[in-house]
Amino acid sequence: MTNPAEATLVSRKVVLHFPRQLVDQPIVCNMVKKYDLEFNILRANVTQNEEGLLVLGLRGAEAAVDEAMKYLSDLGVKVQALAQDIVLNEARCTNCGACVVICPTGALALDPATRKVNFYNEKCILCELCIKACPPRAMEVHF
Amino acid sequence: MSKSIAEINEKIKKKKAVVVTAEEIIDIVEEKGEATAAKEVDVVTTGTFGPMCSSGAYFNIGHSKPRIKLGGGKVLLNGVPVYAGFAAVDFFLGATALPDEDPRNAVHPGDFDYGGGHIIEELVAGKDVRLTATTYGTDCYPRNRLDTWINIKDLNEAVLCNPRNCYQNYNVAVNLSNKTIYTYMGVLKPNLGNANYCSAGQLSPLLNDPLYKTIGIGTRIFLGGGVGYCFWHGTQHNPGVARTEKGLPTSGAGTLALIGDLKGMRPEFLVGTSFYGYGATLTVGVGIPIPILDEEICRYTAVKDEDILAPIIDYSQAYPALVSQNLGQVSYAQLKTGKVEVKGKEVPTASLSSYPKAQEIAGILKEWIASGEFLLSEPVAPLPGPKSGYAFKSLVERPIE
Repeated sequence: MTNPAEATLVSRKVVLHFPRQLVDQPIVCNMVKKYDLEFNILRANVTQNEEGLLVLGLRGAEAAVDEAMKYLSDLGVKVQALAQDIVLNEARCTNCGACVVICPTGALALDPATRKVNFYNEKCILCELCIKACPPRAMEVHF
Repeated sequence: MSKSIAEINEKIKKKKAVVVTAEEIIDIVEEKGEATAAKEVDVVTTGTFGPMCSSGAYFNIGHSKPRIKLGGGKVLLNGVPVYAGFAAVDFFLGATALPDEDPRNAVHPGDFDYGGGHIIEELVAGKDVRLTATTYGTDCYPRNRLDTWINIKDLNEAVLCNPRNCYQNYNVAVNLSNKTIYTYMGVLKPNLGNANYCSAGQLSPLLNDPLYKTIGIGTRIFLGGGVGYCFWHGTQHNPGVARTEKGLPTSGAGTLALIGDLKGMRPEFLVGTSFYGYGATLTVGVGIPIPILDEEICRYTAVKDEDILAPIIDYSQAYPALVSQNLGQVSYAQLKTGKVEVKGKEVPTASLSSYPKAQEIAGILKEWIASGEFLLSEPVAPLPGPKSGYAFKSLVERPIE
């Protein structure tokens, strides 16, 4: 297995659909151990027919992340790249800061020195609360 | 010692005027004292950039061939109705006007993606806007309909004309109820989830001239990226409110009515904005120069965020019911730390007014004056002051029999 310290590290957001028969198994736990990945749960729920949905942020060596995705597919988990992203349109943002109290994870935060708004994409959980709370509509959903 | 505006203008013309921003003057006064600072500094520039709903613009589009009388008819710009109750081809577009088909808050909270403020921004950016009009014909103005693109460069007049801008201090809005509310002060989360404020504080024009010693009718200013003037006190001007010993009002007080040529303005300083569940508006950039005529005026311009106090108001109950209430006073220095204490709870703060934009505006105005291209004007009349007796009244309703 590749040593993450030596290989190129990549971050990727994925949507995982777990069929009913896999919902009760520790698949993600096994995967992160086996491929030495960091993970962040962005969204998780089990639907009425007991299918599991998990949105994960993953970070690790590029080859290891690819192998991990194959591991999940082979087990019967449907893997999709997260086709949605939140973007701060800097040309539109006036740096008022109305968004910082709306963002639940601190992905939008004021730089105390410049008082400008910073957007930390890696902390974003795609809740979309900022989209309409932004007066100049500078936060955009990109598909 | 004292200086006159005429003397300062002579220095500006020779590019020898000493111009600093309302942030920079703080340190200068601290280091050198106000007497020396007043001698050395000629002009202090202020700035603010916030949503200002009592804004709008009037236009004269020129006569069509054959002629049409828009006055008394119905006129839309990109689907947004304008007020055409003037002569043939004049009309006024208000910042909060919405397209007729906008669902408003039919499904609450409404989005309010587009309104009069957005059209003003688009016109200033040089975009074509569709004008649609229906009206009655007369012998001298026979046409009934008009449907055409218009562009700001082709209009006879395009004038930003705002009845109320630059509120001198403002409320800090909170929500004491147990559900989210959608206000002109932004989205307020339940149970004191956040506290939203809206002032440039130590950079704000009227907080640097709290007793209106220099800002008056006829004051030349930075407006929306171009040049404008103060033409009256703003609506709801309320100079008689409680003040600190430094003369700073501890709640909303003075306001300004501002006017300027829209053709010289820039879209970065006139931004169409949307308040979720509330409405559409225009966010306006204003910068006002303060001539340092004497030590007293210099002292006022050295105001700091920690000196300026704002009242905390509940927007779930007290504000809508027009019930007088104050959950406490906080300074802008406290607000800018990112949290304040309200009813014993630590509450995160957010601003609706952009401090970086206010800094940018004060900096641009400083450059204009220092380079000799912007002269100060002598006000032709003062604004009603704290002891004038001028006051803001509520509506007394009288039943219709």
